[in-house]
Amino acid sequence: MNGQIHFTLNGEKVTSDRHANERLLDVLREDFKLTGVKCGCKEGECGACSVLLNGVLANSCMVAMGSIEGSEVVTIEGYSKTKRFQALSDAYAQTSAVQCGFCIPGMVLACEALLAKNPNPTDAEIRKGISGNLCRCTGYNAIVEAVKIAAREGKGLW
Amino acid sequence: MESISKSIPKRDHFPKISGSAKYVDDLSFEGMLHGKIVRSTVACADIKEILIPDLPEGYFVIDKNDIPGINSVHIVDDDTPVFSDGTVNYVGEPILMVAGKDLKVVNRLMKLIKVVYDEKEPVLDMMKSETIFYQYGYTKGDWETAFREADKIIEEDFQTGYQEHTYMEVQGMIGFYENGKSIVRGSMQCPYYVHTAVKRAMGLESDKVQVIQEEMGGAFGGKEDYPSILGCQVAVAAYKTGKPVKVVFDRSEDIICSPKRHPAKMHYRAAIKNGKITGIDADIVYNCGAYTTLSPVVLQRGLICATGVYNFKNLRVRGKGVKTNTVPNGAFRGFGGPQTFFAIEMFMDHLAKEIGMDSLSLKESMVVKQGDDSATSGKYHFHIPFPEMIEKLDQMSDFRKKREAFRNQTGRYRSGIGLSLVYHGCGFTGSGERDLIKGVVKIVKNTDDTVELLTAGTDMGQGLKTAFAKIASDTLEIPLERIIVRNPDTDRVPNSGPTAASRSLMVVGKLLQRAAEKLKQDWKPGEYQEFVEKYVHPDFMIPWDLSKFQGDPYPDYSWSANAVEVKVDTLTATTEIVGAWGVYDVGTPIDMAIIKGQMQGGFLQAIGYGSMELLDVNDKGVIRNNSFSDYIIPTSMDVPHLETEVVENTYENGPFGGKGAGELPAVGGAPAYVEAMENALGVNLHHTPFSQEDTMKVLEAFKK
Repeated sequence: MNGQIHFTLNGEKVTSDRHANERLLDVLREDFKLTGVKCGCKEGECGACSVLLNGVLANSCMVAMGSIEGSEVVTIEGYSKTKRFQALSDAYAQTSAVQCGFCIPGMVLACEALLAKNPNPTDAEIRKGISGNLCRCTGYNAIVEAVKIAAREGKGLW
Repeated sequence: MESISKSIPKRDHFPKISGSAKYVDDLSFEGMLHGKIVRSTVACADIKEILIPDLPEGYFVIDKNDIPGINSVHIVDDDTPVFSDGTVNYVGEPILMVAGKDLKVVNRLMKLIKVVYDEKEPVLDMMKSETIFYQYGYTKGDWETAFREADKIIEEDFQTGYQEHTYMEVQGMIGFYENGKSIVRGSMQCPYYVHTAVKRAMGLESDKVQVIQEEMGGAFGGKEDYPSILGCQVAVAAYKTGKPVKVVFDRSEDIICSPKRHPAKMHYRAAIKNGKITGIDADIVYNCGAYTTLSPVVLQRGLICATGVYNFKNLRVRGKGVKTNTVPNGAFRGFGGPQTFFAIEMFMDHLAKEIGMDSLSLKESMVVKQGDDSATSGKYHFHIPFPEMIEKLDQMSDFRKKREAFRNQTGRYRSGIGLSLVYHGCGFTGSGERDLIKGVVKIVKNTDDTVELLTAGTDMGQGLKTAFAKIASDTLEIPLERIIVRNPDTDRVPNSGPTAASRSLMVVGKLLQRAAEKLKQDWKPGEYQEFVEKYVHPDFMIPWDLSKFQGDPYPDYSWSANAVEVKVDTLTATTEIVGAWGVYDVGTPIDMAIIKGQMQGGFLQAIGYGSMELLDVNDKGVIRNNSFSDYIIPTSMDVPHLETEVVENTYENGPFGGKGAGELPAVGGAPAYVEAMENALGVNLHHTPFSQEDTMKVLEAFKK
């Protein structure tokens, strides 16, 4: 054993020789230069570092490298190449839901995780779905509205 | 709706949503070192000794002895040291920086450094402070007679707490020193503030300092003053090490040492005669913390707002900003206004009960209108749309009916609704725009007929780039795609002033419009052209005299009416926010979706300030809840029904009728929320944040 950790990152097989107790967040930002993964708190509270881990929304600051052997990790850099992203991006643009933008990559992945499970969410379901992602700028309304638009205009994508 | 108000996709939308936008922590440079700052762990002490271990090669300690210029950060005054000069005055005060290639090694070295203190008794209670940094006061009418002849005098004390900005991106800067030139880049609202500060600390001429703003992950005032401090520190570190030095805080460090909203204690008196309020006397104290930073201007705005939106004929307002051994407080959206507006709005609610009126009727009967004198003996020069705003708010929220229905409730669940009327003065306070800032903008037309807007204005998420581009595009009548707006670089842009004080659109946007009009008249296809436009002070203003605290502190005001409805569970003391409604006059919105986003985001912050955002300092001067786990801000679940509307009230001196917007929604949320809690609980309340524990205390008191 060479101590390497193998996982799939944005569709590509990769390896990391970081220690098992390192944070996935740091490895993504520092080794893979995926700086769309933002660091807001390093305690799993803000959601800025959200990634999809085997399709489930996860705060990458709370994920130890030792736990991801064989996993599939998707960051905003990978997700932004999809049609689903385009639908969400268009909807966010319509409602001007991007202000400072720091929470947005994580927020978009939270929306994806929600829509993947529930393609026609109610307002309350949307608010619950994004409740692990803090946004200090928007008051959330524009984001909730954008998810509804994306669900409507991106029908069939989810 | 005016045609300019129609929303367009924001200019920075795609880079930000796709994750490709680079914020300061995303940048890396050849040979770059990482810096971490050793901070005071005690609130007040002389430093006896600093024990520094042997440093590995390529690792450095940077302290006061490395500063080539003056060890002071210019903000308004110059009392803030770059690095401790041998004393420390608050927990978190910077003492020295450790810098090196590997952040893990830097962190290890930090733990090996021992600072030996000679501790002194800190002053933590603002009411016990004997150091007054600033003091102002003013009167209007004959307040003494009003109080002497009053039938009744009502006195109450109000208190507001800290508020942490909680921008999602923490503070961060990178310093460079190349060929005798200091370059600083990072997250900042005011590149020229940083420029001035770095010049002084580095002992350099203007052309030897360059400041570049990177993409900014939120600010809300929190990156107005602080980047001047961090900018000086990274500049000195780069100078000493000869390498780029990056410092990006972690969240707890950011909460411990970055400025907050000033806590305030406010004593109010009202003279009542024949069922009318005939005089107001307010005595206000703001806790500045250990250094002055922006406190004089914050306090000035707080005092200007002290009697709210009401036409009191006789008044006295006095206030002081005092020193304590706590983190220096600074700019925060609303800038001194939210504290006194909280006090006056609550006081009006209580006075209404004394007089036997409902609070909205009392407020409506006294609200200012065009042509009235302002509290500081200036004048409200323009239409004040409160009547239509209150009407609209009532339609949205059903305020009047609910307020009536929520009287004398019994049972487990009790509803309440509260309302606040507030303003935010647009632009720098007093004569600042004319005497201090003297904003300048430049418009350049390139040979390909693209047009670049050169200002020091920064986009922190509020949409400045988009708004400026729209103003230029609509004025020049050329497509938006031909307008270029970049992040400011002081080597390229003139000093149009800070991005603060709800001034950028109204003041800088107007200068851009004027420059664009000149370019349009003189448009020469295929030629390079440039136009410079300088600030012109509005001639209708009654001159501001700071020594008397009289005159027009602002050319115009943005107005808002806010209502919040709550449902309190008297068994668990939990409160559900049933609805929040805000109506705003920000002149003509330059982009409706941007304005909505500003109003909704600001309103939610303000409700957080009123309800849950509690920052606690212990008896050693340590901020106890320095993390996102413990400092709680609203999530998407907390106020699911928040609705905002604007009334269009064109401001003739603003670009396309626009005026200040960004800070307004931060002012009225707290009093509306706490008034709703009063309404539900049937008691008078006097402080913010009003937390679940506070509700429980009120309910416990009922039982006794």
